[in-house]
Amino acid sequence: MSTLLECRELTKNFGDKTAVDHINLCIESGHIIGLLGPNGSGKTTLIKMINGLLTPSSGTLYFKENPIGVESKKHISYLPDHTYLNMNERVSDIIDFFTDFYEDFDKARAYDMLEKLSISPSDRLKTMSKGTKEKVQLILVMSRRADLYVLDEPIAGVDPAARDYILNVILTNYEPSASILISTHLIADIENILDEVIFIQNGQIRLSSSVDDIRAAEGKSVDTLFREVFKC
Amino acid sequence: MAWNLNSDRPIFLQIVERIEMDIISGKYQPGDKLPSVRDLAAEAAVNPNTMQKAFQELEHTGLVYSQRTAGRFITEDTHMIDELKSSIAKEKITELIDLMQQLGFQNEEILSLIQQIMKGETS
Repeated sequence: MSTLLECRELTKNFGDKTAVDHINLCIESGHIIGLLGPNGSGKTTLIKMINGLLTPSSGTLYFKENPIGVESKKHISYLPDHTYLNMNERVSDIIDFFTDFYEDFDKARAYDMLEKLSISPSDRLKTMSKGTKEKVQLILVMSRRADLYVLDEPIAGVDPAARDYILNVILTNYEPSASILISTHLIADIENILDEVIFIQNGQIRLSSSVDDIRAAEGKSVDTLFREVFKC
Repeated sequence: MAWNLNSDRPIFLQIVERIEMDIISGKYQPGDKLPSVRDLAAEAAVNPNTMQKAFQELEHTGLVYSQRTAGRFITEDTHMIDELKSSIAKEKITELIDLMQQLGFQNEEILSLIQQIMKGETS
């Protein structure tokens, strides 16, 4: 096991609002980690810093002991919360684009997953439903052989049957040495595939533990604990 | 597809129990090779590290043994499997008796009720 990602006192301010507040976090290889927190708790801000889309206000952030930059982007596969893909393009064109763009993109894997989910590569994105667009994006992200996958709300718009398939895709398509960071509200659906969870609130880490430790100590699921901790 | 795991108990314990049942019921025969951690994790829809932990627990109790390169196998000690079977039976029956006592039944009543039901009678 090696350390993939390390945050020290990581902070991001937007004006007088602090979105991420002195977070210390270490992600080792070979784990599936759930980043859980209520709306506006700083999940997406943290994820955007990991992917170099936002610059930290203070603190440090290292991927494999190097700062975030061109090199880290080669090894981190990112599913953003909003799409950036051109809606006029066909799936096959986007796959060619990804093949050109990322050295670690596995085209055969992408076509295989499209076939299993009955998505036609010649369809244009704009003709697809919200859920199908999400599936395409997740297929693109999971078809890279990355060291770290960062998935921001990957299953929100997808039906339960496809959700099961997507979780299976996640479980079977990452290398044992890779790690996956998943941010989501749908805790119950993904709880079993996580080995660790991080609860984040007001930009700070509220709890960081393994799923089975939580269940053993609290006698309840992570989903139930979340509802209690963040009760409105 | 996903195994029926409930949500409030540690996942690895539930996997251990499930594999124990598969051994007792004969789905896995003594000496059979277990699927790989990754394959079984995908089948159960759980994290591979959790499956690994369950396997380690099974190895610890001796029900499963690993051979360094060949994989993991079910114990050939049928005595051990029988013992597990009777200990689970005792546990389940104790649970049942506790529940019936909570419902207000006396031991003799519980016994006669069980006999009735086994004979196919409806009271």
